[in-house]
Amino acid sequence: MLDWLNASASDTQVTHRQRLWLYLVAALVLFFLLAPTLIVVPMSFSASQYLEFPPREWSLRWYRAYWESTEWMQVTRTSFLVGGLTMLLATPLGTLAAYGLFASRLRVARAIHTLLLTPIIVPVVLVAIGVFYAFVRLKMVNSLAGIVMSHSMLAIPLVVLIVNAALKSYDMNQELVARSLGASRPRAFFTITLPQIRFALMTSALLAFLTSFDEVIMAQFIAGGDNSTLTRKMFSALRDQIDPTIAAISTLMIVVTTVLLGLVLLIGRGKK
Amino acid sequence: MSETRAPVDDLHAQALRRDERKERWLLLGLSGPALLLLAVIMILPVAWLLGLSFIGDDGHFTWTHYERMWVQPSFRRIFFTTFQVSLITTLLCLLAGYPLAYLIAQLPTRAANLCLIAILLPFWTSVLVRTYAWLVLLQRKGLINQWGLSMGWWDEPLALVHNLTGTLIGMVHIMLPFLVLPLLGAMRSIDMNLIKAASSLGASPARAFRTVFLPLSLPGLIAGCVIIFILCLGFYITPAVLGGGKVIMVSNQIANDIEMFFNWGAASALGVVLLVLTLMLLWLASRLMRLDRVLGGEG
Repeated sequence: MLDWLNASASDTQVTHRQRLWLYLVAALVLFFLLAPTLIVVPMSFSASQYLEFPPREWSLRWYRAYWESTEWMQVTRTSFLVGGLTMLLATPLGTLAAYGLFASRLRVARAIHTLLLTPIIVPVVLVAIGVFYAFVRLKMVNSLAGIVMSHSMLAIPLVVLIVNAALKSYDMNQELVARSLGASRPRAFFTITLPQIRFALMTSALLAFLTSFDEVIMAQFIAGGDNSTLTRKMFSALRDQIDPTIAAISTLMIVVTTVLLGLVLLIGRGKK
Repeated sequence: MSETRAPVDDLHAQALRRDERKERWLLLGLSGPALLLLAVIMILPVAWLLGLSFIGDDGHFTWTHYERMWVQPSFRRIFFTTFQVSLITTLLCLLAGYPLAYLIAQLPTRAANLCLIAILLPFWTSVLVRTYAWLVLLQRKGLINQWGLSMGWWDEPLALVHNLTGTLIGMVHIMLPFLVLPLLGAMRSIDMNLIKAASSLGASPARAFRTVFLPLSLPGLIAGCVIIFILCLGFYITPAVLGGGKVIMVSNQIANDIEMFFNWGAASALGVVLLVLTLMLLWLASRLMRLDRVLGGEG
């Protein structure tokens, strides 16, 4: 231990001992990032009516409350459905756009690329009330199609970013070779390019699902009634009171995120 | 070269060029469906709101909605709160994020990847779930107050939530990865030989950091700060839940105007001002650095 403390920590002559404060600060910040969500997990297994940490008695009562509530089940199904459909719409649309813009090399392509990324920074509340206003006239408020389209619009920038990054490290000349051997452009794309950027496609599909699954503000305005989503109901429940059922749901959502993120990381490893 | 070429070759070259141009436009057309969706779901509705913001209760053109924002102190307070919260959040992220990114950039790959997972996991966890977690931890009978009281650090339960403090804690938690990830990218591309060179020329580690490393990491740092500030301006969920009605940012006011008062004019005008502010900041940022690098931090 002492040896380690006095060993050099970087290319300059700093020892680990002199750097202890840096390790401490970084550990604290990491703890700050990770702890809150992780503390909710054990709390959700509490048997008491209030949230405790650590719980004095363990039970699954809040999971049962969630499982046995038709209302919570209904919104959960909707969320998975909307997320799945968003994934199916946003991934092909975003991939097509990213590929077309990358391959065309026209000057407008850059501008369109930037335009497609704008949903990341435009305040969602503004878009949400605008879409609400438009959907009222189109009679599309609370419709499945409306929510899926809105969530896809939010997810497309991610798909474009990820696929574009993959194309940058891909050698387009391979398509040229395929075409000089007689393949049509679409065929060259589907048989040569697509298989090589499939990891990016899978990653962006998972993140598109997650974007929709976690989205609150759009849903707040345009996803009510029968097509209410899980996060929308959670949000209104949060504003009223601290219902421990939400701790159970939060835990389940953390599990979903962890599994999806794990898949993304596995995909990333497969690439190498 | 063209002088020695036969005219047939010239025609051939022209046809090829025409073909290529046609193909480039066709390829560009592949972005059509995505653009259409963007137009229908974002651009047209927002343009509509822009129109609404100039229409008064009597259905005629008016500046009232914008005038009110300037004249009424309540609106000025909302903008002040928005800027205050965004600025403090950005500064706190900077203070907490820089040391973390600095350390991760120098860790061996395995340890660095572990740290990255610890950052990415909360990053991708639902904002709502994280906000709820803070609500549970920070409330009067929450974990932090329990610990603080039992340790004797404070005598009365502290008001940590349903106010500015709670909002800031929640927002820093959400925004921190937006600083660390791009900053880490910038730091990793710094040539560490430069720092070695500085120290071999006699600079102390602190001086080598201050005069070589810090300036080189500045572009990544600024990019991260700008994106955090811009995203903070549009925050809605965290102040709504952790602010307890005491922290009203522009987005919250917009939602209130619609949900409680059905006042489309006022809400639209606020939204337009918020959007213009955001775009102006982004334009400034784009003069300083490449935009997709700013936006691509999470990739």
